[in-house]
Amino acid sequence: MNRNVTDTIKKLGPLIGLIALFIIIASLNDSFLDFSNLRNLLRQVSINAIIAFGMTFVILTAGIDLSVGSILALSSAIMANFIVGGMNPEVAIVAAAGVGIILGGINGIVIAYGKVAPFIATLATMTIYRGATLVFTDGNPISGLTTDPTFHAFGQGDIAGLPIPAITMFLSFLILWFVLQKTSLGRQTYAIGGSEKVSYIAGIKINRVKIFAYALTGMLSAIAGAIITSRLNSAQPTAGMGYELDAIAAVVLGGTSLAGGRGHIVGTLIGALIIGTLNNGLNILDVSSFYQQIVKGIVILLAVLGDRKKA
Amino acid sequence: MEIKMTGIAKAFGTNQVLKDVNITLKAGEVHALMGENGAGKSTLMNILTGLHKADAGTITIDGVTTTYSSPREAEKHGIAFIHQELNIWPNLSLLENLYLMQPKTNSLGMLNRQAMLQEAKAKCEEMKIDLPLTKEAGLCSVGQQQMAEILRVLMLNAKVVIMDEPSAALTERETATLFRMMRQLKEHGVAIVYISHRMEEVFSECDVITVMRDGHTISTKPVKETTVDEVVRDMVGRSIDEFYPDRTTTPGDVILTVKGLKPKEFKNTISFDLRKGEILGVAGLMGAGRTEIMRAIFGIDSHEGGEITLQGKPLHFKKPEDAIKAGIAFITEDRKGEGLILDFSIGSNITLPNLKQVCPTHVLNKNKLFDFADSLSKKLGVKTQSVHLPASSLSGGNQQKVVIAKWIGLSPSIIIMDEPTRGIDIGAKRDIYDLMNELTSQGVSIIMVSSELPEVLGMSDRVMVIHEGAVAGILDRSKATPEAIMNLATGGQ
Repeated sequence: MNRNVTDTIKKLGPLIGLIALFIIIASLNDSFLDFSNLRNLLRQVSINAIIAFGMTFVILTAGIDLSVGSILALSSAIMANFIVGGMNPEVAIVAAAGVGIILGGINGIVIAYGKVAPFIATLATMTIYRGATLVFTDGNPISGLTTDPTFHAFGQGDIAGLPIPAITMFLSFLILWFVLQKTSLGRQTYAIGGSEKVSYIAGIKINRVKIFAYALTGMLSAIAGAIITSRLNSAQPTAGMGYELDAIAAVVLGGTSLAGGRGHIVGTLIGALIIGTLNNGLNILDVSSFYQQIVKGIVILLAVLGDRKKA
Repeated sequence: MEIKMTGIAKAFGTNQVLKDVNITLKAGEVHALMGENGAGKSTLMNILTGLHKADAGTITIDGVTTTYSSPREAEKHGIAFIHQELNIWPNLSLLENLYLMQPKTNSLGMLNRQAMLQEAKAKCEEMKIDLPLTKEAGLCSVGQQQMAEILRVLMLNAKVVIMDEPSAALTERETATLFRMMRQLKEHGVAIVYISHRMEEVFSECDVITVMRDGHTISTKPVKETTVDEVVRDMVGRSIDEFYPDRTTTPGDVILTVKGLKPKEFKNTISFDLRKGEILGVAGLMGAGRTEIMRAIFGIDSHEGGEITLQGKPLHFKKPEDAIKAGIAFITEDRKGEGLILDFSIGSNITLPNLKQVCPTHVLNKNKLFDFADSLSKKLGVKTQSVHLPASSLSGGNQQKVVIAKWIGLSPSIIIMDEPTRGIDIGAKRDIYDLMNELTSQGVSIIMVSSELPEVLGMSDRVMVIHEGAVAGILDRSKATPEAIMNLATGGQ
């Protein structure tokens, strides 16, 4: 009973933090809670959250993926090239997702079969994919892609007042929550992070589960890239730089252990919302972007320290 | 120099490892310390060198009562312990290893590598050994590492050198060098304690043999006045009481044949067979290679050649997954490292290898999983309020039951059990023995690796004895006596 109570508090920790943050910012500035600002907030959060959902799978297997930003850029550039070449823009989004799966899959294969430490493997592919993007685009943005309204809606549109990127985020959340909590694949993801040895001896297909996690993260990064590209109607070769850190921060803020095996995707959603709220709130409060970085770092530290204490 | 240990007793928690130990070590004497695994040999030496504190008894050195507070202090006084697991820094050179704790420095306090190299070279020449002093220790052979360790000890002017199974990992040539060094030490008046399971070595190299059993010193005799048989009897000398349930199953036809299996880094190949409903005990000393053989069969570690035939079908397991599919289960000796995810609930641990079977659609059904785990947990008598509690909340015996439960859920036809009752209490042991009997009566075959001789004798239909990576013999239950097993396990006839 006691254990359940502390467990619940621990799970609710990030949520309480998010609510506190809301209250503080709202009390300092009225316009924060405006419907238009909240919509804006969700739109901003969605990109980081979508990537962080994949990152959650990877981190639960005791891995890490530093290449998400580069995958985002490369898949976007390829997508933009397809569109410029005349491909139906909606089909091009699906193709971009496919590219993301392949690039993430390569990460997974190198890590699973090559037995390269995830940090090193994705550090290398981060550089390679970024370089490939620059080569592919010759260092220039691919702009003025299309006038297709459906494509533009993917990044900018609303349905029933909700931004479509936010809907994409919530849909991915629901699907991935189901996979993680309700399928044997999800259970095995946790098991590998809990103990790779035990899992191996228990006959779990460790390599496949790992490759799935990285391929999934690649796909989600590509989808996030498609959202950005749609919004700008342009693919930037430098897109997504540093996104890996925001994604990792969201996962960690949500209470998932970097050692693997412990955590949940609900926390990641809340973690992404915390980071997004901080960004948005500090902007509204007119805090200089230099200070924003310091505040963000301190919040991450406090959250992790608080988590340690409870454990 | 004479060291006398009298009436030494030591308990770890409720486990009384040493009860009443008396031993005398003399300068210029090689003293063999023998006994089964767990007899208390290492604990005794750890007390002498100050790692543990004795609960009772006295240690006198040349008549003066002495206790050391740490192995480092003991070393300073000339008593050095060379452990089986060598204390080396694999990333440093042998030379750096030799001098890390007692470096030579020049007047500026900087390391004087030249002086160290010269001294070490001179010492090597004196001992007539050839060591690549500047080579990274991790890249040297175990024998070279060990010689460096002995050299280090010598440079401390050690008067007593304790060696724990020094020859276990050495080649024949390296062993010969080791013995030559031991004889040289002896000539210099050093007292040597030689912990070993190898009869031939003990009888050729030692002067006195002390046998320990169950925390007592059973006998101390000069080598010349005793025989291998006598030592073996002293080592095992206990009768198997009524603790083990009767074996009622008669083994059927051969179900598994292992032929010419060569686990990696084995010199020999392994062949044996297993019958339906049989318990095949696998005995041998620590480090004989029993676990490695089992891991190779199950596909955890790779092997070079050999055939495994299950019910007439040749099989090749590349990974545990393949073995599991073929109906083989593996209960590891490393319960915490390989058997359980301690953070996971008892239920999640039990269902881990069974997810596909319980939820064929891959969508988890909470109720089904709970029922599956709960019924297995109850069947094995795991003492817990709920299978939702984490595995880490259980005692060792109950954790072991959870490990067994997760494998029984797969209804395997063969179960490999590596040290199934290690470190668990008597009640849980008996439960596991009863379960083994029940399983074999249902036609399941069990391979049981065990370091506890009474357990091997009490539960096995046949006993396979492994000695230095080879099958030394397979004994029928009627012929499996403690003496026969220990003889084979120590390389005797």
